[in-house]
Amino acid sequence: MQLFDELKTLGHKHIKADKKAGEKVPSGMWIACPKCHQSFYHKDLGVYQVCPNCEYGFRITARERLKWLVDSFSEMDDSLKTTDPLKFPNYQKKLSKARVQTELNDSVLTGIAKVEEQTFGLGIMDPAFIMGSMGTITGEKITRLFERATRQSMPVVLFTASGGARMQEGIFSLMQMAKISQAVKRHSETGLLYITVLTDPTTGGVTASFAMQGDIILAEPRALVGFAGKRVIEQTTHQKVPNDLQDAERVLEHGFIDAIVPRKDMKKKLAWLLDLHSKGSGANG
Amino acid sequence: MVSLLDKKKTAAQIVANARSEEKMSAYELINGIFSDFMELHGDRLSDDDAAIVGGVAKFNDMPVTVIATNKGKSAEERLRTHFGCPEPSGYRKSLRLIKQAEKFNRPVIALVNTAGAYPGKSAEENGQGEAIAHNLFEISSVKIPVISMIYGEGGSGGALALACGDRVWMFENSMYSVLSPEGFAAILWKDSSRADEAAEVMQLTPEKLLEQHVIDGIVPESRSHKRVFKAVKKILQKELTDLDKLTPSELVEKRHQRFRQF
Ligand SMILES: [Zn+2]
Repeated sequence: MQLFDELKTLGHKHIKADKKAGEKVPSGMWIACPKCHQSFYHKDLGVYQVCPNCEYGFRITARERLKWLVDSFSEMDDSLKTTDPLKFPNYQKKLSKARVQTELNDSVLTGIAKVEEQTFGLGIMDPAFIMGSMGTITGEKITRLFERATRQSMPVVLFTASGGARMQEGIFSLMQMAKISQAVKRHSETGLLYITVLTDPTTGGVTASFAMQGDIILAEPRALVGFAGKRVIEQTTHQKVPNDLQDAERVLEHGFIDAIVPRKDMKKKLAWLLDLHSKGSGANG
Repeated sequence: MVSLLDKKKTAAQIVANARSEEKMSAYELINGIFSDFMELHGDRLSDDDAAIVGGVAKFNDMPVTVIATNKGKSAEERLRTHFGCPEPSGYRKSLRLIKQAEKFNRPVIALVNTAGAYPGKSAEENGQGEAIAHNLFEISSVKIPVISMIYGEGGSGGALALACGDRVWMFENSMYSVLSPEGFAAILWKDSSRADEAAEVMQLTPEKLLEQHVIDGIVPESRSHKRVFKAVKKILQKELTDLDKLTPSELVEKRHQRFRQF
């Protein structure tokens, strides 16, 4: 009975992004693209870590992305630390491991960046930091980035990558969605530009807040973009879900993404969009 | 107002009560609190989601907009509402009605009882994430009071989308959490049978959430629904009177501070 199956499973839903895609690329090995399943020698992925066959962008840390994305960068709020509001067992250990792995204090890197002539607030989420989950410090860093950008009349560019909420911070993780949304709204009300770039994977509470609040929403080729996890959908609805349901290309077809931009073109495209929206570029100055 | 809890309940008991079949339905609650409720349907784009009920009503002679998530009573209605899990069109309907309330300067009362936004194929295709995101974005600056009451389950972003205003109250037998205790246990301990333990750890009870300032108060419940309605009305009257004293910009600023603290 679907009715009862559904009743049983609705209480159990949770989000889990594709684990396989998170596995670190072993150096000197052949690696398979999680999207098109073709294998390549790791050096074939090049500086952008992109599948030569389907252009899927492999998951990279925020600092790796920063290297080819900007001309200069000054980091903000790199020493904030979570208060661990639930005093969750083993959470501190998990955090320490993630900090070493990503060289970040939490799952987002924020700061003021320069690309060509454009200065802007930049946030890059890191899928390697506890699955890019949204903790209180993730939320605080993004909120401060928007607040500073609002004060200094700067646009914001945010690269999203997230498995969803930070379970270990419970309801406080959820509250970040509202907190950030307010900051985005205030930034928007002053007429400033906000660009989001959805990278693999963008899911859960991040999709349901700032990822979808951009004036312009870009995505990387074949990035997973969705709200609920595929397994949750299948368990709840008892129907098979097509593999590409949450591919950025399909999400674009449904009207929720403006354009797909490959990594090699990202820097130029962002510079162009930032310039197009900068004051003084219009006919009336 | 603080509820007089006669005896201490465990978090797991509160979860069970919050999900109980005995919980009053959205329509019963609406008709118990408001007179002359008129339902207004549709998101003006494509659909009318049964999981979110909305409309206009009178509260002590004052016009208000009412929004409520609806789990349904009959088997047919429960299937149609996905047991109270809204589709994107539900969130678009609620936002439409909130913006309408702003235009006509009447407060919004949101009654929330949902395990979360519906995780379905069509919900994904129709932009579940975008629909919730748009609610959060717009409600953050509407110039009318928005008061939410969680009367059963308050599940994740699907609940937050209707609980991001000026005041959030919870019924004594209700829960509010980032995901279900079963999901929490499954993800963190790979064992969904440890849900009761998860409920304790998650601090999802009204008492715990009040301590953390996530909510503003607890509605005492009793067997008599009439008594519950009376308690809700008293709370709403006081909150509306207090919020009415603020100018629109003070109202929005205080709402901002309410969430900025997290
Ligand atoms: Zn590929």
